[in-house]
Amino acid sequence: MTYLTWIVAIGTSLLGCVAGVVGSYAVLRRRALAGDLLSHAALPGLCLAFLLLGGRHFLGMLGGAFVAGLAGVALVTFMCRWTRTKEDAALGIVLSTFFGAGIMLSSYIQNMPGGGAKAGLETYIYGQAAGMIREDIYLLAVVSVLVLVVLVLFHKEFKVFSFDPAFAQAQGWPTLTLDIAMMGSLTLVTVVGLPSVGVVLMAAMLIIPAAAARFWTDRLERMLVLSGVLGAVSGAIGSLISAGAVKGWLGFDPFGGDEGANLPTGPVIVLCSTTVFLVSVLLAPQRGLLARSWNYFRLRAKTADENLLRTLFECAEPRLPTLVTVPWDELLARRAWSRARLFWVVRRAGWRNLVRRAPGGVQLTQRGLEQARRLVRAHRLWEWFLIHGASIAPDHVDRDADSIEHLLGPDLIAELENRFIAQRDASNAAQVLPNSPHELNVP
Amino acid sequence: MEWFNHLSLDAQNDLWVIAVGAMTNTACALVGCYLVLRRMSLLGDAISHAVLPGLVVAFVFSGSLSVVPMFVGALLVGLLTAALTQTLHRQVGVPEDASMGVVFTSLFALGVILIKRYAHRVDLDPDCVLYGLLEFVGFNLIQIGPYEFPRAMLSVGLVLALNTAVIAIFWKELLISSFDPALATTMGFRAGLVHYVLMALVALTTVASFEQVGSILVIAMLIVPGAAAHLLTDRLSRMLGIATGIAIGAAVIGQAAAVWLNTNTAGTMAALAGIAYLAAALGSPRYGILAVLARNFASSIRVVREDLLAMLYRLEELNIERAMGWPEAARAVGGGLLPRLALFSLKRRGDIRRDGAVLRLTDSGRSQAKLLVRSHRLWEAYLVQRLGLPPDHVHEPATRMEHYIDRGFQEKLADAVAQSPLDPHGRDIPQSD
Amino acid sequence: MPVPPVEIHDMTVAYHRKPVLWDVDIILPERKLIAVVGPNGAGKSTLIKAALGLVPLASGKVEIYGQPYARQRHLVGYVPQRESVDWDFPVTVFDVVLMGTYGRLGWIRRPGPRERQQAREALAQVALESLAERQIRQLSGGQQQRVFLARALVQDAQIYFMDEPFAGVDAATEQAIVALLKQLRERGKTVIVVHHDLQTVRQYFDYVVLLNMRLVDAGPTETTFTNENLQKTFGGRLTILEEAAEAVRLGKPS
Repeated sequence: MTYLTWIVAIGTSLLGCVAGVVGSYAVLRRRALAGDLLSHAALPGLCLAFLLLGGRHFLGMLGGAFVAGLAGVALVTFMCRWTRTKEDAALGIVLSTFFGAGIMLSSYIQNMPGGGAKAGLETYIYGQAAGMIREDIYLLAVVSVLVLVVLVLFHKEFKVFSFDPAFAQAQGWPTLTLDIAMMGSLTLVTVVGLPSVGVVLMAAMLIIPAAAARFWTDRLERMLVLSGVLGAVSGAIGSLISAGAVKGWLGFDPFGGDEGANLPTGPVIVLCSTTVFLVSVLLAPQRGLLARSWNYFRLRAKTADENLLRTLFECAEPRLPTLVTVPWDELLARRAWSRARLFWVVRRAGWRNLVRRAPGGVQLTQRGLEQARRLVRAHRLWEWFLIHGASIAPDHVDRDADSIEHLLGPDLIAELENRFIAQRDASNAAQVLPNSPHELNVP
Repeated sequence: MEWFNHLSLDAQNDLWVIAVGAMTNTACALVGCYLVLRRMSLLGDAISHAVLPGLVVAFVFSGSLSVVPMFVGALLVGLLTAALTQTLHRQVGVPEDASMGVVFTSLFALGVILIKRYAHRVDLDPDCVLYGLLEFVGFNLIQIGPYEFPRAMLSVGLVLALNTAVIAIFWKELLISSFDPALATTMGFRAGLVHYVLMALVALTTVASFEQVGSILVIAMLIVPGAAAHLLTDRLSRMLGIATGIAIGAAVIGQAAAVWLNTNTAGTMAALAGIAYLAAALGSPRYGILAVLARNFASSIRVVREDLLAMLYRLEELNIERAMGWPEAARAVGGGLLPRLALFSLKRRGDIRRDGAVLRLTDSGRSQAKLLVRSHRLWEAYLVQRLGLPPDHVHEPATRMEHYIDRGFQEKLADAVAQSPLDPHGRDIPQSD
Repeated sequence: MPVPPVEIHDMTVAYHRKPVLWDVDIILPERKLIAVVGPNGAGKSTLIKAALGLVPLASGKVEIYGQPYARQRHLVGYVPQRESVDWDFPVTVFDVVLMGTYGRLGWIRRPGPRERQQAREALAQVALESLAERQIRQLSGGQQQRVFLARALVQDAQIYFMDEPFAGVDAATEQAIVALLKQLRERGKTVIVVHHDLQTVRQYFDYVVLLNMRLVDAGPTETTFTNENLQKTFGGRLTILEEAAEAVRLGKPS
């Protein structure tokens, strides 16, 4: 770990952090591609500033990029308002033509007689994080602090504005100013990030950590913090990988780079955040794919268990409280299950002591009977509701009740019960359970 | 071809650059029109970035610049981009723009890393991926039969032909699925299928243009000519034609300007396309900003003119002889530049004349004013009688509405209000002549 | 008994797993003007979209003259909601009407003189010949709706599904549309219209489908469009159905 490696790691993690935070708002406001627009549109500003100032004047060029970026955003808004061009096309037009003009200007500068090639404009396109120096970090730190302070101070305003601009306006907040402040922070971060990660990948720094953070939380504040952290971590790890530091620790290079070939920092950082994103897509609680599959799987299992119990109950119902043994074939006939699936469901219910295998079939246990009674109750209440409350014909009811009863919470069942008790006729006032609307074919 | 061989090498190269540029631009612009109309411009942008890794992998496997593996690689990655974006959006719940942003930047980053990683095997430079080496196409010629032409022309020509053919053959299907996907689906044209066919065309077009022209020009040409053409016409066929014209124009002028300025050709072509869009956005006779502004201006000056006429009519009606110069009259209808222009125009039309210190209506002015005042008072009567508004609340709305009531509508209003000759304020409703 | 034009069995439709229509079961009669009526969010548009295969069914099936929809496409015309298309699209009124013939032509074949003639006739029927070459944005709301109707006429279907054709049109257009619908019925067509104006149901339609997340009732207007049924359709929200739908959407076992 050399001094330079540390500088780069600190710089990229600072950038990743602040980009993650401002990017969160962009992602939430469905303006994720504004970052892409800004970074492309900034290029002609850089070049013009170089031409006008007659040299590589760092702050001046950043100023030029800032102005060009904001002009690009304003132009998109203007085009959507004043012409029939739709937003997506307007974004694409400004992005590509500004960038084209930027390429044109930067080539022009490079081909200028006398030292134009020293402008180093080409580094802005792909970025050169490895070339960071101490002063770059100071600048990044200043910008980060500035942007973060603005976001913290006006957090409430930004929050309401991002969520519901019309409401914010009706409340009297200066929405235009808020919008400009938000776009201004985004532009500022983009512009200071350009020299390190380049045009295309700056957009990634803004979007990916925010999109990943969204998976883990439903709270804006947590999302902002998390997105910042993810951005910073990706920045640090990415820069360390690309500097070969990780190779030193692990003993191998995670990207399998050739000996001595340093991988470009920007893309490695982006792939690090992509990895974080993919992990989030898979593993996040609730929103993640695994959690959702698990939920789905659990639901299916629960449905199967409950269907088994209910079927056993219905078969046993005429002879209760005696617990009869229901033959395997009977169960197979009543549920559209394969034999293997039935065995599996029965075995699982057996583990929980809900059923027991008897010679030739399956029998509810006492515990199973209790649970089955509750289930059948929910099932019949729901059937009863569909017929009486929603006037659906009796012969269409059962299958539907099959799918919904497993999801009814206790509140809903209580509600159904109240309705049932209120409406049952006086003749069967003692009835606590609606009769099944179907003829039960019990052996 | 005799004449061509007599040209200097530079001139030959310039012509080749223009030819290849024009073909690329046209191929992009044709597909682009549909992207713009289907509001999928950004997917075009995303795909053209994202095909990079496909391209590199194709290079690495085939070890050459041959056309087929390149096309296959790009096609796969292009469709993957479209499908991944869709999946992240639909199945995982990431907003559409963010999912696009994640997918294409990640794939692009992967592509850049692959280029560096296999730098020794891949003859690709990240810079030329973005802005291309169009200026050198004339130096990389191949010979087929008796003809010698740039190698880039082969792949670009192929996609140009493909795009043209697909649009020509599936004109009807593309049209209906772009305009009304639901109807297309009920008719049995699967809108999803058409979507992926278009995405495939975008990917192929991108990759054919990639190494010579660079992705940025591709994006510009995919979106800008189509969007500009959409501002200029209301017919799809003409839109395609105009887009092609812009694409070719950008190629010709772009190369000339780039040579003159000694700068990058692709960038110049993209910037020129932007200028073409700007010109269309400003100058389009129907949808241009200038036309809109001019229409707004004409309409506001008409309103002020009519306000002036109505005011003079009312003064006349009350038999008030008031000395009134232009400044006073202008001030009476709000002041500023507009009333002065309106007064000037009324005078020139002969609707008013100056009689000593008094402004008077001429006969033609009076009959126009009469109609206006009639509209105004009919509307007032309508608001009071039919909508039950209090009489002291109807003057303002009638002042706004009077400019938009034509003769036919006047008659309808006259029928709707009881045939009272007076308005709610007890003033006479003038009869039309 | 003749095969009914539209038969819907046990149809449940869900968006993002959340059911919006429960167990709809209707057989619609032939040669009738049929109104689909219900409050906002009752699933009226969903019903016809599902019947046309535009949204997937969670369960159940739809038959058009006794066959699955995919086989009977040529018998069905569709008039979507006006907002569903981009009116800035570079097509003329005539182009849009001509699109009605595309389904019959199938892939690749182009509309010929015969199709053009049909499109012209349909335009004449809705009294828009003079605007044939206009870009569609330049029409009024009522005229736009008539263009859609002309397009449906060109489809020359047996069954028409129309999604709110009366939304945002002027009185004259409304009358013109009604006249056209009646004419269609005379020609033996069945027309199913999503309708939001309860005042005019009796006057325009001879059959109603009352819908609120589930089928309330369906039948001839005189007998079905009763206060009691309307009360059932519009009165009282089905909190239980809504809650149950929400439980399905979350899909988590309690």
